[in-house]
Amino acid sequence: MAVETQQTGSAVEREVPPMTGARVLCQALMREGVDTIFGYPGGAVIPLYDVLPEFDIHHVLTRHEQGAAHAADGYARATGKVGVCLATSGPGATNLVTGIATAMLDSVPVVAITGQVGQAVIGTDAFQEIDITGITLPITKHNFVIRTVDEIGPTIQKAFHLAISGRPGPVLIDFPKDVQLARGTLAPEEQLNLPGYRPTIVPHRRQVKRAAEMIRKAERPLILAGHGIVISGATDELVEFVERAQVPVGLTLLGIGGFPGSHPLSLGMIGMHGFTHGNHAINECDVLIGIGMRFDDRVTGRISEFAPNAKVVHIDIDPAEIGKNVTADVPVVGDARETLKMLNEMLEPQHHDAWLKQIELWRRDMPSRETHPNGALLPQYVVERLHARTEGRAIVTTDVGQHQMWAAQYYGCDIPKQWLTSGGLGTMGFGVPSALGAALGCRDQTVWTICGDGGVQMTLFEFATLVQENANVKVAIVNNGYLGMVRQWQQLFHNRNYSETPISSPDFVMLGQAYSIPSRRVMRPGEVDEAIDWAQSFEGPALIEFVVNQEENVYPMIPSGGSVGEMIEEELEW
Amino acid sequence: MRAHTLVVLVEDHPGVMNRIMSLFRQRGFNVDSIAVGHSEIAGMSRITLGVSGDEREIEQLTKQLYKLLEVVKVTDVSGENLIHRELALVKLAATERTRGDIMRLVSEVFRARVVDAAPDTVVIEVTGPSEKIDSLIALVRPYGIKEIARTGAVAMVRGSGAVATTHEEALA
Repeated sequence: MAVETQQTGSAVEREVPPMTGARVLCQALMREGVDTIFGYPGGAVIPLYDVLPEFDIHHVLTRHEQGAAHAADGYARATGKVGVCLATSGPGATNLVTGIATAMLDSVPVVAITGQVGQAVIGTDAFQEIDITGITLPITKHNFVIRTVDEIGPTIQKAFHLAISGRPGPVLIDFPKDVQLARGTLAPEEQLNLPGYRPTIVPHRRQVKRAAEMIRKAERPLILAGHGIVISGATDELVEFVERAQVPVGLTLLGIGGFPGSHPLSLGMIGMHGFTHGNHAINECDVLIGIGMRFDDRVTGRISEFAPNAKVVHIDIDPAEIGKNVTADVPVVGDARETLKMLNEMLEPQHHDAWLKQIELWRRDMPSRETHPNGALLPQYVVERLHARTEGRAIVTTDVGQHQMWAAQYYGCDIPKQWLTSGGLGTMGFGVPSALGAALGCRDQTVWTICGDGGVQMTLFEFATLVQENANVKVAIVNNGYLGMVRQWQQLFHNRNYSETPISSPDFVMLGQAYSIPSRRVMRPGEVDEAIDWAQSFEGPALIEFVVNQEENVYPMIPSGGSVGEMIEEELEW
Repeated sequence: MRAHTLVVLVEDHPGVMNRIMSLFRQRGFNVDSIAVGHSEIAGMSRITLGVSGDEREIEQLTKQLYKLLEVVKVTDVSGENLIHRELALVKLAATERTRGDIMRLVSEVFRARVVDAAPDTVVIEVTGPSEKIDSLIALVRPYGIKEIARTGAVAMVRGSGAVATTHEEALA
């Protein structure tokens, strides 16, 4: 491979532009408005780290590259901007993989930059060489290898554009060390030429008209709103549409916050652990309007029995999602916000009083839960009090498992971009590092991360980063001594064979203190409020371990691949 | 389930075929044949794909292909009035006694050519629709097949229409 810098001779040297590829890259990042990078140095990015301090970019040294990737993801979800992470070649790059896949499955704009060995030795199994563009092919929206300094500017420009436009997603840039050291200048911004990339933003008017007609004829319409509402910033338009058309709204796990949870027409989360009334509504509706969502199996259960009485209007910016799982009677390809705007212009006010009344009856029929059975501390109560004491205004990130579902059920988010959770990939270990990213992206806000005792142990090394950055992250560990969601499945479907799900933990309070994080343990319901208030009484990280009822289950539950008829509503005698 | 022919125009970048094959593998699409070469548009390659599936699968495959940055245009030409051609080289065992028969058979019936002859083998070159090649192979099998190399089919719609004649049209 040609390396332009290796010419010698004084005459040539005088003409060599004064900048290394590493500096050109930093300039290109500045041009994209990057203010924060989550990263970890290593051999193949030393030239980049050499010049990074010269630029007005805050580099956050995480304790593991996976933490950097999740932090960039959390930053992106909370701010709506592109999150950036940086790692060296080889193991640095592979450690990003789980974080990149998490961002891919949840359509989060992340740009990951990896160092690579010099081009002269690419393909020779050089030290810390790995084919990261090959590895990340199926988990990135696109990836690039930068081969010359001239390519740096256009590649960064394309990467950021691809990451955040259309259906967002992660983009990886592999940056060989010789290009970091080569000399050149930053190419001026150009009109991007991406002939194969033309996302449809404004939907086809005729299709929206057909959707409006179908909604007009509906007697029992229902909206399922997903992440697309949050990503496109369509909350106001959705509220207007819902109130105008009087259509109740169920939310997917990632749709939470896209429509106010406290709105009378909100049914909260639907699907496997959705509330009974929401899932009954899916079963009975005659027109189902999916907006910015993809009919994931956690939403639909058994496809053949999903919404059996409904015609489907499916609105999504990604045409490949339409007709993938559920056949759409009216497909609409477009941005959720643009589509809702158009629908609001077309649709006159509707009324569905009988339908709404029916849903209200289902809602009232839900089994009530004892708040403190035998004085025990329940995880649901912890989440409810977190919601109350934060007035629902905190950014909440979660890990994955039972606590995540309780948080989805009981932390009634009213504001978009305040609910950060790994939905598609279901990545344990997401909670703490994503909270770090969210806190550094939104420094005036309080971030709570609700974690289980299992998931928090996967990435708790990032406690050090919380302290290093004085990130305003409050860690709530809901400790039940189990990998609770798997234990629940074992209980319900595998004859209580609790194989490898009891899990021990360190003394979380001592551990927090070892990291200099003010830490407390809560054992009784009466201590919950005071502990939450304490954690919020100062800036910077805090930790509360809530020792909760060990074998509490998440209900309702539609078993995997099941239908509404198989919903388990409450604890039975087993 | 039915055989489809898709013509895919892609930007001629390194790794494009890798992305496409990775997509097929990841999503479990079945590819019967694939042929790639330059197109009439500078910087763009033309891939002819033979795939089997029902309408829903083909639609999903098409949409997933479009998600790849370098894929510019996907056209399902199945059912069109198609010129469909594949090239095959077949190396056959041949003796002094059988060589004449083989040569007559393949040239008269299949308009194929013998492009190499050695003391105990001949190499036949045949062009045509895949079915024609299948039947040639079936017919010569008794002589003893040593080796077969097939290109995978390329296809073009008859008449004056074109999948895309210019870069701009490819983008339309």
